[in-house]
Amino acid sequence: MVLVYSDDHKIALELLHKGNDLAKEQHKKLIAVSIGQEGNAKDYLVHGADQAIIVETPIHQFKAEEYTTILEKIIKETNSETILIGSNKNGKELASRLAGALDAGCIIDATNVYLKDKHLVAERVVYSGNAIAVEQFTSHPQIVTIPSKVFEPLPKNEQHKGELIKKKIDVDASPSKIVKVHEMKSEGVNVEDATIIVSCGRGFKKKEDIHLVSELADVLKGRTVGCSRPIAADLKWLSEDHWIGLSGHKVKPKLYVACGISGQIQHIAGMRDSGVIVAINKDPEALIFKSADYGIVGDLYQVLPKLTTAIKEKMG
Amino acid sequence: MNIIVCAKQVVDVGEIKIDPSSKKPILAGIPQKISDIDKNALEEAIRLKEKHGGKITVLTVGPADAKERMKELLAMGADEGVLVQPPAHADYHVTAHLLAGAIKKISAYDIIFCGEASIDLFSGQLGPRLASLLHIPQITYAQQVNAEPGKIISEKNLGDKAITIESPYPVLVTVTKEINQPRLPSLMAILASSSKPIHEWAASDLAPGHLEPKIKTLDIKGVPMQRKNIIFQDDLDQSVGKLVDELAKVGVLR
Repeated sequence: MVLVYSDDHKIALELLHKGNDLAKEQHKKLIAVSIGQEGNAKDYLVHGADQAIIVETPIHQFKAEEYTTILEKIIKETNSETILIGSNKNGKELASRLAGALDAGCIIDATNVYLKDKHLVAERVVYSGNAIAVEQFTSHPQIVTIPSKVFEPLPKNEQHKGELIKKKIDVDASPSKIVKVHEMKSEGVNVEDATIIVSCGRGFKKKEDIHLVSELADVLKGRTVGCSRPIAADLKWLSEDHWIGLSGHKVKPKLYVACGISGQIQHIAGMRDSGVIVAINKDPEALIFKSADYGIVGDLYQVLPKLTTAIKEKMG
Repeated sequence: MNIIVCAKQVVDVGEIKIDPSSKKPILAGIPQKISDIDKNALEEAIRLKEKHGGKITVLTVGPADAKERMKELLAMGADEGVLVQPPAHADYHVTAHLLAGAIKKISAYDIIFCGEASIDLFSGQLGPRLASLLHIPQITYAQQVNAEPGKIISEKNLGDKAITIESPYPVLVTVTKEINQPRLPSLMAILASSSKPIHEWAASDLAPGHLEPKIKTLDIKGVPMQRKNIIFQDDLDQSVGKLVDELAKVGVLR
């Protein structure tokens, strides 16, 4: 069996596509698990799952300890060998704890998953985006976490029939307790879904100057502003939802404009899959130019207003 | 309060060069260091010790030369070190079992601190795996930690949300890079640390039976990055004009 789980519905549907391919190739069944999200389970069936298991549980908040117990029981009962988990923060700690509980191999943040000589192989980016490790599992069960948008979901097929199973699972409560959940400072941007992103980095002298970036983003009809690590994590000029990079968000817009960003490998790792990359930097030696399709060497305080005006004219 | 900090020796990723023909990273001869976020983990442990007293043990699974790097952690403020040399083929499964074996041998502990991930491979897998093997609760991505008698209160960074979690001891906490600024040891501290012990424990004594990795690395490939690298650097107005023309041509101005 191939088993798919994510608390993020969109990722779950994407994983079902890959899960479906892997299941078919091995003549196995595809199972999707929903924990406390009954509505999603029906959706899994029309997106390729042979079985959707709805876990009935009094637990309503994610704790890796408890979710691990739930999945461990289902994996053992269904004899699942391949487990695909959505790679958000909850998914990663869940997959890792589950791997410990099952003594299983686990590969986090796979960007490609396939069978090679009947063995499951997964690829992941390592060394800050400088290399790709090709890893092969040597035993079952095998756990892979996959980030959003690595795969496309299968088109909805209302004809696809599957089984809806409700299952009660008892779980020993974790001794830890969630005492408060609060929204972090956020401007509600979703850089991961943006088609055009204009980003700022250390080349900006003060917070107020970021309007230069948002104005360019506006004329590009992208309206999405990104940034490199120092702007979000150290200076906190923008909230973390703008942060693009290895520990921030990974993006693939059709156009990415990097302004005043030096091009540290950690930043490149977050935007390397963009369609067209433009860099603006006053230092002709800046690393960012090596990762760019087009670049302008110049002071961003002069370049950005000119570029904004020129694009506005061009687009009419 | 007894605290264990897990620290990993890694290649300094900033020093990695790429072989121009194979596009593969050249890893041989690259300087080694303690993974940055593990120093944040140790810093947090030291701050708790300064408040509550106790003992800090740093634990490393790594090659013999990791001992040199561990001295820096002792100079920062850890009381002693334990180094376990892994078998030739070790993956997360093997390493987690060795760490768990060593922690059982240390036996008395309240908190285990790890970095949220190591800077070389950035899986973030080891902390939760270890907590699982030890059957203790885990708090990941901690951006704030407060220890009180009987419980720890920690804030987990989920990106859009922060979750405050309370847990009894023992507990495993993985910290983010933002949690603190690791201290630089003073010369006095460096000199004093030379008398602090680093124990070397054999892997075969710590893990039951024969530990086989669950994953093998087939290849470390280069990353294809083919970009046009068309750079305009003459007259600014001309450069902007040419760039806009190019962007229109490739169809991103719509």
